[in-house]
Amino acid sequence: MAEKALSGVKVLECCNLVTGPYSTKILADLGAETIKIEEPGIGDEARKRGPFLNDIPDPEGSGLFLFLNTNKLGITLNLKNPKGREIFASLVKETDLLIEDYMPKQATALGLDYEALSKLNPKLIMYSITPFGQTGPYRDYKTYCLNTLHSSGEGYLIPGGIEYLDRPPTKVGNLYADFSCGVIAAIGALAALYWTNNTGLGQYIDLSKQEASMFYQRWGMVRYANENLVISRATEGYWLGGIMPCKDGFVVFWCVQAYEWEKLKKLIGSPAWTEEEKFKEFGCAILHGEEANAYILEWLVNYTTEELYHMGQEAGVPFGAVRTAEDLVKSEQMKARRFFVPIEHPAVGTVQYPSTPYKLSETPWCVDRPAPLLGEYNEEVYCKRLGYSKEYLVRLRAAGII
Amino acid sequence: MNLLEGIRVADFTHAFAGPTGTVMLALMGAEVIKIESAAHSDVATREPQHARAMENVGIFHCTNINKLSIRLNLKRSEAGELAKRLVKICDVVVENFRSGVMDKLGLGYAALKEVKPDIIMLSLSSHGAVGPERNYRAYAAQMGPLSGLSHVTGYRDGPPAPIRSTADTLAGVTTVVPILAAINYRQRTGKGQFIDCSAVESLSMCMSDILMDYTMNKRVRHRDGNRDDFMAPHNCYPCKGKDKWVSIAISTEEEWRAFCGAIGNPEWTQDERFKDGPTRWENQEDLDRLVGEWTRSRTHYEVMGILQKAGVAAIPSFTNEEIVKDPHCKERGIFVEVNQPHVGKQIQMGLPWKLSTIRQVPIRPVPLLGEHNGYVFGELLGMTTEEIEKLEKENVIF
Repeated sequence: MAEKALSGVKVLECCNLVTGPYSTKILADLGAETIKIEEPGIGDEARKRGPFLNDIPDPEGSGLFLFLNTNKLGITLNLKNPKGREIFASLVKETDLLIEDYMPKQATALGLDYEALSKLNPKLIMYSITPFGQTGPYRDYKTYCLNTLHSSGEGYLIPGGIEYLDRPPTKVGNLYADFSCGVIAAIGALAALYWTNNTGLGQYIDLSKQEASMFYQRWGMVRYANENLVISRATEGYWLGGIMPCKDGFVVFWCVQAYEWEKLKKLIGSPAWTEEEKFKEFGCAILHGEEANAYILEWLVNYTTEELYHMGQEAGVPFGAVRTAEDLVKSEQMKARRFFVPIEHPAVGTVQYPSTPYKLSETPWCVDRPAPLLGEYNEEVYCKRLGYSKEYLVRLRAAGII
Repeated sequence: MNLLEGIRVADFTHAFAGPTGTVMLALMGAEVIKIESAAHSDVATREPQHARAMENVGIFHCTNINKLSIRLNLKRSEAGELAKRLVKICDVVVENFRSGVMDKLGLGYAALKEVKPDIIMLSLSSHGAVGPERNYRAYAAQMGPLSGLSHVTGYRDGPPAPIRSTADTLAGVTTVVPILAAINYRQRTGKGQFIDCSAVESLSMCMSDILMDYTMNKRVRHRDGNRDDFMAPHNCYPCKGKDKWVSIAISTEEEWRAFCGAIGNPEWTQDERFKDGPTRWENQEDLDRLVGEWTRSRTHYEVMGILQKAGVAAIPSFTNEEIVKDPHCKERGIFVEVNQPHVGKQIQMGLPWKLSTIRQVPIRPVPLLGEHNGYVFGELLGMTTEEIEKLEKENVIF
């Protein structure tokens, strides 16, 4: 088997839904051996969320769960049970990185305590992901993805446009904030793994999802402090260009540099209005964006999204297509990059999954195993790695421990 | 020792996305050398160019703190050799020119690998380095729509929503994942590698559930406000004040009962229309109206206090002003003051996590253009003052 970027790294995951599992999926897909602990009989909450094949709910068939848990060894373990916690301690001894996403109080109750665990394994990196971090007045506040988006100030800006001020801000995608926090969580883990290899030390990482989500708005957040500017949906509209209707849907164009404006004027046939003083120079035109947009719209409606996208790009004007999931799957660009890859799973058969936005030349992304069935790797982990007998496993199962 | 201490990065990135990734490396303690020149214009800039200059200057600041800056005019052929000498003493090279530009400059991966066999090089572009659209260009404005996210964001009866600056920052942050993976791999095997990163795909990843719905069921999802597939209430509700909102999401029966109790069990909560999750979901428009009537007379902070006390997920739709002033953010020490030459005191944000054994790298101001010419060309590359001055006169170090 080809060497992977993270071959030899051992990860233990006690997480639910998106952020934590996405961060460990990133590590597992890079080659880390990742054991995912789920609650016996219940499993990760993502198993309850769809999409389900043919809309038939099945804890083994959630598209969300299947995507988030590729390459992981799934086991069941009851951390509420003292014996369960004893078994957990044996696993912690063998791991480099433990990632958990329980609320602070729950984590303590389940024995997910760095001080105690680091005594068993001094090189342990323990990583806690919570809505607001381990300290501060909101540490016990609960959030779902929608709340995370708003805790960071990102939610307040969507959708950009002054015309929306009397309507509530909207979410981004379905679970955008949870996914984007997962990327940051993976980064902290990768940096800590490198550091531990250098120093031989372990450490505890306290990641706040609010701060992770806010990291994507670092500039926007400091604008109040530095420019005294409160950003909102009203300040997030476009001056010149933006998402605009066309013949069969929507298209986006946006000029940032003067030469792009020159090329756009040429592309639309240099109509008389472009010679007017206010539209001639880019620096001036962006101040009259709304007027310019109205003129440009007259031209846009003659063409389809795909026509405008390619025609614009070939003329050096950055046009973009507004794409649906179907468009992405059928996109020649994504096909050429093999962004979607077929993965076979016992419950849903072979389905195309999004793979990864990065291609590493020496350690290519690959899926060795699909997402685990609930407890699928119990025997592999408990018998082969911890040396328990199969008979013992039966007793543990009967006692509701695994 | 800090997380990435000892790692040196040659940073050829410009604009917003690329520098967001490298600033993250700098904040983790890597020595990031930004290659700039008075001869190249950058969209994010130190200097006012046109009406949006303030925005561009602000972006420049938050994406270039803690870096070193050298001047190198890549339009001059002599600069290529100098860049290679720099790469020879670096661990990582990051660039986000249009695909092919580094090759034309003689700084493609093959050329850099010759001078530094274990170099890790990452190229970030909007569409990636391969594929029929590899030469297409996109800013954040185009990336959101191209990724599929815009189509599923916004009101059901409205146009697709722009994703704006997050599109850049997400693409930039995503580059750090493979860079660190490659650093770990090199630490173990001594081998470098080339990484091709697509900004648009970074964004598409964040709607993988929606993509799976298409690949599994051929269902094309559309934007639908704040509607969740299961939860109701799940929306932003109006609060006291202008453009003030609170986000509330309720998933379980336990949370629903806690919510009803917290708002004083008004009669409507007993209504048949709201008796269980699926029924509440079916009647969510009525439900949203009634919840909104309760939130409307309270501030979003009050609503958060009342509902969180009962165990219900309610968070104000914070503005950037509220976040900077928020007691929780203050206690977490998220924002740090930095003294920026020519600008004065500025607030910047550090890393989004706290480490038990390492203190956060102190935030250093954005370097002046070429501020570290002496250190990099002189100290690191061993050039004499005469050599440096000669290249400055020839507009190579420019």
